[in-house]
Amino acid sequence: MITILESPALNTVQDLGRPGYRQLGVGTSGAMDPLALEIGNILLGNASGAAGIEVQTYPFVLRFESACSFAVTGIEAALDLDGCAVLPWAAVHAAAGQVLTVSPPRQGARGYVCVSGGVDVPVVLGSRSTQLRGGFGGLSGRPLEAGDRLAVAGGPALSGYGAVPPSVVLRRPCDGGDGVVVLRAIPATDFHLFTEASRARFWDTEWQITPQSDRVGYRLKGEALGLERPVELRSYGIVPGIVQVPPAGTPIVQLADANTAGGYPRIAAVIEADLWRLAQARIGRRVRFRPCDHDEGVAAMRPIAAYLDDLRMMVGLYGASARRRAPRAAGAK
Amino acid sequence: MHDPAPVADGPVISMIGTRAMLFEAPGDFTLGRQRRIWALMEEAGARSDVAELIPGVTNLMLVFSTPPEEPRILADWLRHAWETLPERHIAGRLFEIGVQYGGALGEDLAHVADHAGLSPAEVIALHHAGEYTVCALGSAPGFGYLHGLDPRIATPRKAVPSLKMLAGTVTIGGMQAGISALTGPNGWNSIGFAEVALFDPLREPPALFAIGDRIRFYPESIEL
Repeated sequence: MITILESPALNTVQDLGRPGYRQLGVGTSGAMDPLALEIGNILLGNASGAAGIEVQTYPFVLRFESACSFAVTGIEAALDLDGCAVLPWAAVHAAAGQVLTVSPPRQGARGYVCVSGGVDVPVVLGSRSTQLRGGFGGLSGRPLEAGDRLAVAGGPALSGYGAVPPSVVLRRPCDGGDGVVVLRAIPATDFHLFTEASRARFWDTEWQITPQSDRVGYRLKGEALGLERPVELRSYGIVPGIVQVPPAGTPIVQLADANTAGGYPRIAAVIEADLWRLAQARIGRRVRFRPCDHDEGVAAMRPIAAYLDDLRMMVGLYGASARRRAPRAAGAK
Repeated sequence: MHDPAPVADGPVISMIGTRAMLFEAPGDFTLGRQRRIWALMEEAGARSDVAELIPGVTNLMLVFSTPPEEPRILADWLRHAWETLPERHIAGRLFEIGVQYGGALGEDLAHVADHAGLSPAEVIALHHAGEYTVCALGSAPGFGYLHGLDPRIATPRKAVPSLKMLAGTVTIGGMQAGISALTGPNGWNSIGFAEVALFDPLREPPALFAIGDRIRFYPESIEL
């Protein structure tokens, strides 16, 4: 069991999402940075679908009511466990009664507090993810508040090792020091309906992430884009990553909590492999879209899969050697 | 993949990212066309590479479990299926829903009447005269896009959305009719209110409506 002691706003229980109900109008939800959640779960030996806490506002403080292992992923931030500094991206042991404080991140936006066995809330429509709009899933369909108690499905697991963060391992030549987040995007249905100047500007602009950005979508600021002529579209399906341009002309990137259907012109879609980079980009950061084709978009998932495979192998080897060294103590239940 | 110059009067098929393909039927929003979308939905649902289907208004999105290697092959398959499949008729259930027309919960009634050049009473009469069909569910959990609105009272979405429209509000958005599923911002025109719960995640099935269901509205009260 864990007790939330401090949680400013909009921190929720999330797993990898709720696919399969979009034809009933239910969006997928799920972690904005699924890669970070997966890393936390691998470090703790959890099933990849285990739920964690997505932290978007800080400081986030919780107390472990019973001994367990945890990992905070997604961000570089000061973590304090009862006065001792602990590392993010690492499996750490917590004794019963210890208090964890997650401070505002130095890098990244969304932290994932993962616990051994996962956060155990009821599965609703196949997932533990919070569906904020529908008001179900997670903890009673709402953000966490001080005083909330969450069940932890597992006990202490192996700890004392960590992962090299994906921002290091998956660093690309375009991730320069200028602070601009480069997002590879594939032109979508209505790309050719925009004026030639707008099409060029879409790729050339350093778009700024506005404060009107959240789990539903990121609204970007920059010089408006225009269509050759106005179009009235019928409602169509939305997937995370789709970049729509409403009449005001500035793009919106739809994300995890997007509606399942929409009607604005579609200029492009950010590839799946880069969505975690956007999820970790804070309000005020600048993003640039870089054109990419289908094959490149598919290939871009391979380094992510390889990274996760390597991590699983490393954790497996570490576990095996720990069991050899301490056959009785390791893997304690 | 993406058709730079779609065939005139042919469907438009495009990729949205690497795992979603959108099929858009040519022509107007008619029930016949929507029935062909339903047929396509059934056919695509039988494919093992399709993880999820999102029917829209005369369109269908296919979400694949893994990115297709050759999207063009799938696009050809879809085009062929569209051309050869017969309309799928769904008997559906009939819902009769009482509406409290006008008043504070139907505050856009006057605007709809102005736009149509009719009196509010005539708008109400036209709204409950017809039978509607649930074409697709989407946007919010359990929200049904309804076909069957009398074109005389079709009204474009509002430029400035209502910030907090109640769940159950009876609405008109362009040629589409609906009942809002959640309380929240909404750009459709409100003309009344109905006491129905469109979605309950703990109910089986969770959504009250299914595609093909038919809806008749009747006036429970009228406040002009």
